Amino acid sequence: MHEMSLCEGILQVLETESVKQGFSRVKKVWLEIGDLSGVEVEAMLFSFDAVTRDSLANGATLNIINIPGTAWCMKCSKNVTVKQRFDECPDCGSYQLQVTSGDEMKIKELEVE
Amino acid sequence: MCTVCGCGEGETHIEGHEHPHDHQHNHEHEHHHHDQNHTHNHSHHDHTHDYGQGPAHAHAPGLSQTRMVQIEQDILGKNNEYAAANRSWFNTHGILALNLVSSPGSGKTSLLTRCIDDLKDELNLAVIEGDQQTANDAERIRETGVKALQINTGKGCHLDGHMVGHALETLQPDDGSVLFIENVGNLVCPAAFDLGEAHKVAILSVTEGEDKPIKYPDMFHAADLLLLNKVDLLPYLDFDVDLCIEYARRVNPGIKIIQLSATTGEGMDSWYQWIRATQQISMIDYKSTAATGV
Repeated sequence: MHEMSLCEGILQVLETESVKQGFSRVKKVWLEIGDLSGVEVEAMLFSFDAVTRDSLANGATLNIINIPGTAWCMKCSKNVTVKQRFDECPDCGSYQLQVTSGDEMKIKELEVE
Repeated sequence: MCTVCGCGEGETHIEGHEHPHDHQHNHEHEHHHHDQNHTHNHSHHDHTHDYGQGPAHAHAPGLSQTRMVQIEQDILGKNNEYAAANRSWFNTHGILALNLVSSPGSGKTSLLTRCIDDLKDELNLAVIEGDQQTANDAERIRETGVKALQINTGKGCHLDGHMVGHALETLQPDDGSVLFIENVGNLVCPAAFDLGEAHKVAILSVTEGEDKPIKYPDMFHAADLLLLNKVDLLPYLDFDVDLCIEYARRVNPGIKIIQLSATTGEGMDSWYQWIRATQQISMIDYKSTAATGV
């Protein structure tokens, strides 16, 4: 839903970094997006092209590194994989889970000129 | 060692790298860039990985001058900076900021106007209203005699930290006041955008589905308090309150839930009590800061 705003956020970061690190063109962008971050990857790819048009990242490729959702199950005392926030523990069925990863939304690295 | 390009773990990137990244970037492989445990320190975001300044420095003939830049920045980093600035401003002024989030039509504004009517003699209140268009809501609030400012997001589906920061400059809420920020009616996007508030308060009405907490888990996960509104209509509806509460606790075991009706006033006292208690807690901080002159 908010992928467009996220892409605008990415572009802002790119523009700031281009001044700081002295590059003029961004060719590839790697993002880390967690399964639990609420980001729709398809929408992200679509918005990225639209938002970066005529910018320093015009035509840049967006690569998405998926981070699986994991949570700590209080009952089993171990890490388990979850697909959504309200998932139960796949082993014991408990809902007492503390999400430990998968809510990332990060710009990891760039290929620039 | 990296199984793709053979670079050692903890080392930074290779310039010219047509090879390391032309493969489809798939998270399954053990490429070190995704390794959370490697020892390379990413806290200094300024370093670059420039292994050649011009053709003479290129490692091999024919390689371009493209280079890798690791930035490791949160996409919402900019918003979070604005939010942090707002939060620190709220703290120094002893203001309790509450971010009210819900779907459109859950009765946020009616709940707020009633709440203001009941509390305005007791507490110093101010309101920021977020809507895509029209200043109707801010006008409704101003009729109660309380300071209110409308933000129209235009095409935007949520308020962000930057908008709220500007609104504060204009609104100038008094020290020690309670600031309600009524977000755009939307259960998706406002969850991700921190405004600097002390708490997100989700409002869900019983005319909606009881499964909303699991349909929109991010929002109910982010909220500290859930106000279940319009409970006066329960006799006419199939809404399963217990199931709704169970769903909400599934996504957020620590969430507090108050059932109320802005129309009949049922349960409103519990909500006011929560505001008073929360405000007193935020004032402890404020007073101690003022006393020590920090």
